[in-house]
Amino acid sequence: MTSKTTIVQALNQALDDAMAADPSIIVLGEDVADREEGGVMGVTKGLSTKYGDRVRSTPISEQAIVGAAIGASLAGYKPVAEIMLMNFTTVAMDMIVNHAAKLRFMSGGQTHVPIVIRTMTGAGFSVGGQHSDYLEAWFAHTAGIKVVAPADPAEAYGLLLSSIDDPDPVLFIENMPSYWTQGAAPEQGKRIPLGQARIAREGSDLTIVTYSRMVGEALAAAEALSKDGLSIEVVDLRTIAPWDRDTVLQSVAKTGRLLTVHEATKPFGVGSEIAAEVNEELFGRLKSPIRRLGGAFCAVPFSKPLEDAFAPTARTIEAEIRSILSPELTH
Amino acid sequence: MSNYPKPDAATLVKIYEKMELIRQNDERAHKVVKAGRIIMPYYSPRGQEVIPSAISVSLTAQDYICTIYRGTHDMLAKGVPLKLLWAELAGRVTGTCKGKGGPMHITHPETGVMVTTGVVGSSMPIANGLAWASQLSGDGRVTIANFGDGAANIGAFHESLNMAALWKLPVIFVCQNNRYAEHTTFANSTAVERIGDRAASYGMPGITIDGNDPDVMYGAAKIAIDRARAGEGPTLIEAMTYRFNGHLLGDDGHYMDKEERQRAIAADPVARLRKRLIDEGALSEADAVRIETDISAQLDEAIEFALQSEYPALDEIRRDVFAHELA
Repeated sequence: MTSKTTIVQALNQALDDAMAADPSIIVLGEDVADREEGGVMGVTKGLSTKYGDRVRSTPISEQAIVGAAIGASLAGYKPVAEIMLMNFTTVAMDMIVNHAAKLRFMSGGQTHVPIVIRTMTGAGFSVGGQHSDYLEAWFAHTAGIKVVAPADPAEAYGLLLSSIDDPDPVLFIENMPSYWTQGAAPEQGKRIPLGQARIAREGSDLTIVTYSRMVGEALAAAEALSKDGLSIEVVDLRTIAPWDRDTVLQSVAKTGRLLTVHEATKPFGVGSEIAAEVNEELFGRLKSPIRRLGGAFCAVPFSKPLEDAFAPTARTIEAEIRSILSPELTH
Repeated sequence: MSNYPKPDAATLVKIYEKMELIRQNDERAHKVVKAGRIIMPYYSPRGQEVIPSAISVSLTAQDYICTIYRGTHDMLAKGVPLKLLWAELAGRVTGTCKGKGGPMHITHPETGVMVTTGVVGSSMPIANGLAWASQLSGDGRVTIANFGDGAANIGAFHESLNMAALWKLPVIFVCQNNRYAEHTTFANSTAVERIGDRAASYGMPGITIDGNDPDVMYGAAKIAIDRARAGEGPTLIEAMTYRFNGHLLGDDGHYMDKEERQRAIAADPVARLRKRLIDEGALSEADAVRIETDISAQLDEAIEFALQSEYPALDEIRRDVFAHELA
C-alpha cells in the first residue's frame, strides 16, 4: 500500500486480506461481484475474480440477504453482507433485530451469528430523504449487535478486520460522501479493537465526542478555536456500541465540558445516551451543561441549501463551543 | 403421485411412532398449562403430525431444519430430546436454551434444529443461508424450512424462494397449510387456491399434496430431499393439513367452521395410521399399546425432570447477549 489511501481502497484491502487469510469468510450483497462492477462504489471490486463463488451478487432482497448471512453463519461461515444503503436496513429489520441480534441469547449460547453488515449513508450527496439517514441509534438500542463507524481509511481497514473477527453481529457504517477522502494508509493486518475510542486531538477546555464523518468536522472546529487559545479534545468513538465509557469519562473528567456531535437527528440519539451517562458519573465535576449537536429533525432534504443546513459542520460546532466556553464571543 | 417412492412397513411404523409422540406431547402440553404447572404460550400442532414425521425419516441428524412458533411437531420429529424440550418449555436452566428462549425459540443444533422463530415467515431467509453453507462446503446436508399458509403471504417468502431457486440451494420449503392464518381462513387471506402453484413463478418445482397422507408426504419429501442432495435445487411442498385447535392455547377457535373441524378431527391422521398399520399387520395391537405406554412414560419422566430443574441463575441476563459477558 502507498502511504495515502481512500476509505474505499482501505475497505477493499481489508476484505481482500481477510478473505485471503480465512476461507470461511464470504461476501454477499447487491452488485458486489465483478460482473456487476464490484459494488456500486467499488468496495468489493476484484474480490469475486479472486475468490470466485465466495462472493455473490444477490437480487434486491434485503431480508433474504441478511437471512442468508445469518443462516450461513450458524453453519460456521463468516459472512460479510452489504446492504447498499443504511435506509435499506429498515427492510431487513426483522432479520437484523429479531434474529441476528438475539439468536445467541435465545439459544442459550448454542448458536451465534458472526456476521458483518456493511452499509453506507450520509447527507451531502443530493440523494434526499431515503438514501442519507444515520440510523445507528436504532441498532445501538438493540441488545446483541455491535455498531461500528470509522472516520478515516486506517480506521476503516482496522475496524473492518476486527468486525469480521468478532464472534457477534456487527453493523458497520460507512460514510458515503467521504469514501474517496485521502488519509494515511493502514499497516497491513493491523486491527483496531472494537469498543476502543481514539483521542483524535488532545485538549483541556472541552471534549467533543463524535464518530464517522463528523470527526473531520470536529477536528476542523477544534483547529479554528485553537487560534483563539481554546483547547478542544476530540474523542472519535470508532465503536458506537458498545461505546468506550472509560475514555469518554476520563476525557470529560479532565476538561469538565462535553459536546456530543453526530449527523443523526438529535432527539433520542447516541449523543443523548452519552450525555446521560456522563451526567450520572460526573455531575459534580461538570463546569457547564452538556450540549448535543445533531442533524435537524426532518427527513434529509434534497434542495442543496437545506441539505447543507441539515447536519452539523465545523462552523456550527465551532459556534456551539464558543457559546459554551465564552458566551460573549458569540457576537 | 403414483410414481412416488413408498415407505416400507418399518418406515411407516417409524413415522407412526413420531406421530404418536407428537400427539401425546400435545395432550400433555394442554394438561400441564391448564393445570398451571407451566406458564407458556402454546401453539398446538395437533392434526399436523404426518408432515414432519414423514419428512424426517429421510433426514439425518446433520440435516438442518428451521421452524416456527407452531413447531413442536417439527422438533420432536427431528429428535430433540424430550427432557431438554420440556425443561425449555418450563423455562429451566436444563432446557435446550437454558430457559432463555422458551417454546417459540427452541434451538438444538445437535439434532439440526437451528432456528425456531416467533416471527411469521422468518424461517425461510435463514434456511437459505444454512443451505448456502452446505452448497459451499459440499457437506451434503439439506435444510427444511417449515412455515404455514399465513407465512406464504409475507415478503420473506418471495425473497427467499427467488434466491433459493436462483442459487439452486439444497433447501425444501414446506408450507404446512393448516387452513388458518391465526383467525383468518386460507380463503380469506390468499387469492390463489394453491400455494404450491406459486413455485412456477420462482422457476422451482412445486406441489400441493395431502399432508395428512403418510405415503404421499413421505414420497414427495423423499423426491425433494434427494433432488436437493443431488444439487438440483429447491422444491416447494404445500402440505394440506388441518389445525385441530385454535391459534393458541386459550383460543377455542369459535371462528372455525364447526363441521369442517369435526370432519378433520374424525379423520385424525394418528388414529388412522394406527388402524392401518394394525390392519396391514405391520403392527400388533400389543405393539401399538407398548409404543403408547413407552411414550407416556418418557413424557412423565421429561415433565418431572423439567419441573424439578432449577430456573436459570439471574446472572444469565448478562450472558449470551454477546460472546463476552456484560459487566
